[in-house]
Amino acid sequence: MRVLALVKRISQQMIRDKRALALMMVAPLLILTLLDYLLTSETVTPKIGVAHVDDMLIEQLEEMDIAVLTYDDIEDKEQIIIDKELDGFLRMEDDNIQITLKNANPSTAKALQMKIQQAVAAVSAKEQANKLSLFIQQIQEKAPGNLIELEQGKALEIDTDYIYGKQDTTFFDQLSPILVGYFVFFFVFLISGIALLRERTTGTLDRLLATPIQRREIVFGYLLGYGLFAIIQTIIVVFYAVKVLDITLIGSLWHVILINLTIALVALSLGILLSAFANSEFQMMQFIPIAIIPQIFFAGIFPVEGMADWLQVIAKGMPMYYAGNALVDVMYKGLGISDIQYDLLILLGFAIVFILLNIVTLKKYRDI
Amino acid sequence: MASTIVIKDVSKSYGKKIVLNQINLTVESGQIFGLIGPSGSGKTTLVKMIVGMNRPSHGDVHVLNTLVPNLNLMQKIGYMAQADALYGDLTGEENLRFFASLFKLKKEEQKVRINYAANLVNLTAHLKKKVQDYSGGMKRRLSLAVALIQDPQILILDEPTVGIDPELRQSIWTEIRRLKTTGKTILITTHVMDEADKCDRLAMVRDGEILASGTPAELKEQYNITSLEEVFLKAGGKKG
Repeated sequence: MRVLALVKRISQQMIRDKRALALMMVAPLLILTLLDYLLTSETVTPKIGVAHVDDMLIEQLEEMDIAVLTYDDIEDKEQIIIDKELDGFLRMEDDNIQITLKNANPSTAKALQMKIQQAVAAVSAKEQANKLSLFIQQIQEKAPGNLIELEQGKALEIDTDYIYGKQDTTFFDQLSPILVGYFVFFFVFLISGIALLRERTTGTLDRLLATPIQRREIVFGYLLGYGLFAIIQTIIVVFYAVKVLDITLIGSLWHVILINLTIALVALSLGILLSAFANSEFQMMQFIPIAIIPQIFFAGIFPVEGMADWLQVIAKGMPMYYAGNALVDVMYKGLGISDIQYDLLILLGFAIVFILLNIVTLKKYRDI
Repeated sequence: MASTIVIKDVSKSYGKKIVLNQINLTVESGQIFGLIGPSGSGKTTLVKMIVGMNRPSHGDVHVLNTLVPNLNLMQKIGYMAQADALYGDLTGEENLRFFASLFKLKKEEQKVRINYAANLVNLTAHLKKKVQDYSGGMKRRLSLAVALIQDPQILILDEPTVGIDPELRQSIWTEIRRLKTTGKTILITTHVMDEADKCDRLAMVRDGEILASGTPAELKEQYNITSLEEVFLKAGGKKG
């Protein structure tokens, strides 16, 4: 079969191209590992300075994992924060609390502000309770008769349950399913696209088309040939992410592989299709910021539901939107095949459209 | 004698640019037919049309009594392109085997044909080498071997002897003549005039038109000169 001849040739070429092979198989692992370390690293204990703050609050702050340095009186808070590398400064003036935050990193500053507010609220609640019991005690002393036993008010405890993930779930756990799929998408796109491009620029595509091969046999040969390597890549990436990096995987590993294979098919057919509109490797690279990078923004890293309407429309035109959805559903939420079949079918739809366009596009090089 | 290639009233234009204009041409079976003309004259476009890669804008091409383009016909045409279209990261043998399987040759047949074609172009000793390590001449020879791989009835060679040393050129011409005796039809494009002399019939192409055609002797007689080079200059000059 001619398709098999193409598959055999592509495999021979691929196995000899050690760099492309490494790019496909090893590069995603490197990036995933790096991100794993970056996003799951322990958060640094924030350090704040305080002045004129009572001990109860300091105790409460320390209980919340904040390092507290006490100062007597401070002329220039800003200077202290910068000189002592503090994250913020807390100071009581009359009955008001004034917080100065360094805000070098907005997200950690927000978290710190939240903690301080919680601590202040907890302390004032305790004070209120103390005052109240004192008040009742006084009333009872003044009014003899039946002594009313004061029930000690219990502080409310919050029990948190999670539908998806658990208490120590990090951002990486939600991000990693998307990244696993995205890397498969990106590297398969790049390698298959450049391969067909090279076939065209070296003239071998023309030579190929001077044989009785049918256009669809070329497209299917390419899909199968590079598909084989995409399968290997998918399996390596998924196993590495789950077994080595210990990424949360609640659903079935096989479903993850199934989703990734569908992604690879879309990437393959898209890569081959776009390569028809590039005249050099560099022009192929120019498709990356246009066709590939935007996909990650709509893959679920930023919640699509909160986007402007027109952005949501764009999202629905991106294969990675469905891919990210399905992967998060299986890996993070642990949903089954019935919940992802809709996403899978749309992805397959993308692939079929791209494949048909490919067969038509090849007409550019041979009329039959 | 049956006509192998019949080109009737063929024109080809890309947008407004006319590449071929009203071409009429007949190649008889068992002939060596030469298309001569300067580069850019439309030779390659014409050749690609005969192979079946491009459809004419006007007129039609028949090869072996079949309307071109036709995929089954491609099985019977061996094509050697102007540029060496080979896979550099594969060995010579792998290149030949790949094309052999595109023509659906059986395993045994593949072996026989690969040996035959490689031997013909003197590449048997280099079959295990990667093509990217070949010299320019070796690549040219391998391209010719690829064109012969499926034992085609018709050979279409687009400037086959460019970059090949005189000794090998001699042996390629010997082989072309031998292929002719086995009944194959050979269409060859060239701009080397002494090669034109070796053809049975010639057509001179310039600016997408055929200026003159006939046997080398006829052309010389028609223009009353002795060398084909002069014929070419004269024919071209007459038009201008």
